[in-house]
Amino acid sequence: MDSISLVAVVSIVIAGMTMAVGSYGPSQSMGQAIQQALSAIAQQPDERNSLTRTLFVGLAMIESIAIYCFVISMIVIFANPFWGHVIKAGG
Amino acid sequence: MEIVGINQISPDQVILWSWGFVTISVTILYTWLVMVILVVGSWLVTRNLSNDINVSRWQHFLEVVISTIRGEIREMTKKGADKYIPLIGTLFLFICLSNVLVIVPGFVAPTSSITTTAALAICVFIAVPFYGISANGFFYYLKEYFQPNFIFFPLHVMGELARTLALTVRLFGNIMSHEKIIGILLSVTPLLFPVIMQALGLLIGVIQAYIFAILSMVYIASATSVHEESHKHEKLQNAEVSEGVTA
Repeated sequence: MDSISLVAVVSIVIAGMTMAVGSYGPSQSMGQAIQQALSAIAQQPDERNSLTRTLFVGLAMIESIAIYCFVISMIVIFANPFWGHVIKAGG
Repeated sequence: MEIVGINQISPDQVILWSWGFVTISVTILYTWLVMVILVVGSWLVTRNLSNDINVSRWQHFLEVVISTIRGEIREMTKKGADKYIPLIGTLFLFICLSNVLVIVPGFVAPTSSITTTAALAICVFIAVPFYGISANGFFYYLKEYFQPNFIFFPLHVMGELARTLALTVRLFGNIMSHEKIIGILLSVTPLLFPVIMQALGLLIGVIQAYIFAILSMVYIASATSVHEESHKHEKLQNAEVSEGVTA
């Protein structure tokens, strides 16, 4: 296997692995956060506005981890910095 | 009609017109389009405002929007909202409109390019010390960086930079990923399913605009409120001391 196809294979596999591993943790923690927020709203419906706002801010914080993984896998697939290096080295 | 191809990660790469070092990409075109819609629309509505019983329906619409934003901000800061509503309201309206207009065929959301979202996040990055200094004074704002002690100064600076990066990448990643998902779905199941995903995309776009505005409001509020709390604390301590003296 020459080095260009090696880079391609590694990039595709790593992109899939990044999404698989990187979306597991955030999805678990977002589920827990929503569960806690729902039970809190069920206990105190008067505090609904402030709970919902805090929930959204927290979900955005958690979600950004998954978004980082997604952006990195996009970079690996579409804008891989190693392509240029390998193609230049290969001639 | 597909303007941004599936293998292009950003609409900056699609250049419509270039002369010398001046290039007009798709992002710039649609950013200006959204700005023109916002400015001309609000100019047309606010040109003849009235406070009669009979109010035009567009004035009702703008009043609802503005009073909702103002209510949200007032609920977060527990103070007046008029100081923050130009920045936060503009950010929300711009992001919301450019995310919602995606349903128009041929429109590419300017927020799906990382340059636009970086510019918006840098606005927030500059606005936080601006509001902080104007609320508390320069030295109180600077003292906040050395808060527990001086070792924490690099951590505070890194926190500022990291949350700017997080604001940038969150908005960009959400909008761009949704465009790519719709593009992939169009090639796999072309008829009905992309419509449902686009309806979901409207919801995601509005929620992301809300989150961007709320997060920048949280950052600004955390920069402006510190001094008052410490001031209140000092006052409380003084009151306790004086009570002790009188007792």
